[in-house]
Amino acid sequence: MRAKYVMSEVFLGLWRNISMTVAMIITMAVSLTMLGAGLLLYNQVDVIEEYYQTNLEVVIYLERDISQEQIDQIESDLLSNDLVAQVQFESQEEAWKRFQDTFEESPDLVASVDPSVLPPAFRVKLKDINDADQLIAEYAEREGVSQATNQKEILQQVFDILGGAQRLTLIVALVQGVAALMLVANTIQVAAYSRRREVAIMKLVGAPNWFVQAPFVLEAVFAGVIGALFAFGTLVASKIFVIDGQFEDLFQLMPPVEWNSVLLLLPILAAISAVISAVTAWITLRFNIRV
Amino acid sequence: MIQLEGVTKHYPRSNRPSVEDVNVHIDKGEFVFFIGPTGAGKSTIIKLLLREEVPDKGKVVVNDKDVTKLRRWKVPAYRRTIGCVFQDFRLLPNRTAAENVAFALEVIGKPRSVARRVVPEVLELVGLGGKEHRYPHELSGGEQQRVAVARAFVNRPLIMLADEPTGNLDPDTSIEIMRLLDRISRTGTTIVMVTHDSNIVNQMRRRVIEIENGQVIRDQARGVYG
Repeated sequence: MRAKYVMSEVFLGLWRNISMTVAMIITMAVSLTMLGAGLLLYNQVDVIEEYYQTNLEVVIYLERDISQEQIDQIESDLLSNDLVAQVQFESQEEAWKRFQDTFEESPDLVASVDPSVLPPAFRVKLKDINDADQLIAEYAEREGVSQATNQKEILQQVFDILGGAQRLTLIVALVQGVAALMLVANTIQVAAYSRRREVAIMKLVGAPNWFVQAPFVLEAVFAGVIGALFAFGTLVASKIFVIDGQFEDLFQLMPPVEWNSVLLLLPILAAISAVISAVTAWITLRFNIRV
Repeated sequence: MIQLEGVTKHYPRSNRPSVEDVNVHIDKGEFVFFIGPTGAGKSTIIKLLLREEVPDKGKVVVNDKDVTKLRRWKVPAYRRTIGCVFQDFRLLPNRTAAENVAFALEVIGKPRSVARRVVPEVLELVGLGGKEHRYPHELSGGEQQRVAVARAFVNRPLIMLADEPTGNLDPDTSIEIMRLLDRISRTGTTIVMVTHDSNIVNQMRRRVIEIENGQVIRDQARGVYG
């Protein structure tokens, strides 16, 4: 009986104030979409890091005129090094083959490169890629070595871009979130005003405080959950049409954004949104409906 | 039953009437008028009894409990022991007479079966039998006040507070409402009524407490308006 009364008041309240309700839901949806995107990026950085951690190598490029003895010497030194897990020699011919594979789709580029300019190299897998600098320091200046590079440094730029995007989404989420919460507070005030007769009578006859407050808090929670559903819909659509659709090629360079992590956002966003909306409504009521 | 001990309440930031060192004792089942000019502090006493306000100094003891020390979450339970009617009736316009009365039961969690049984009884008691399904705008002022009295009484409160209940009614209707309150008083309910309707006070010949500038200047059993 009471539950029915509370629910009918919730929907009546939202309907009576429909333009504000819509504004509240839209703002929340935008905020939560950004929050969801930020969380996905955060997760994605971890996934990429883990993925490359096991595949990253230090590449030691050799002089083209290096002698076979020098090569053998470097190889045996590398193999006896404690940091090193695996060593693979790549001759000029192999380097040329790899180059052709990498730029398979750009025959002009391949044609313009003379196979003899590609240096032979050692591709070294480390036990821990974070020790790369130490190894590079040891080998970079050695005779017969032209250059030693750490692939992680190249990847670092990708991380920087992702990190920047993540910060941007979180800032937008925060700003929109503040706007959304102000709209919640505003909506609750208007609702409290339009229901002031009922509220006054309820307090007079001794309805418990939670009961007086319930319709308002639930209004905010309802709007919050609807906002979360819209945000989730937007994120799912982005996954289908952007990540797996139009920009599929781009995203194939890195490990995919998993469906699992997208789906996990629904309960997370809904819970965050519901709790924060409820708390905002409740605090607003403490100032508007005094006992 | 009701005891005001040295009750003082000021409103420093508004010109609402304050009360100053009010000492009043009211027994169970008494019928008491608070009279005095507008702005004397009569309604402030009602607010203190309802615990809408807390005094700056002094104690408000109702049913052996110091209301001023009541925790916030216990206030609703306290208010269920009190019925209250006002000059402006305070009915919900979109609910019928019966629904208005039932509302008071619903919101404190009484099952619907109780409302179905009790509401017609109490509407009959206040003389509105047959008009249960009328909306407030279809009722006269006196009838609306009867609905308000029914709502205040439906939980069988120990105390009934009435803040100028006849203020919006013509003399004949006022007398009918007073008869109704008198009948409720005889069930053992303590009645505290604020008024400046001299006719009513003079006809009823009950205890009169006169307030002026927030202070009790007269407390007389079977008094007149003066």
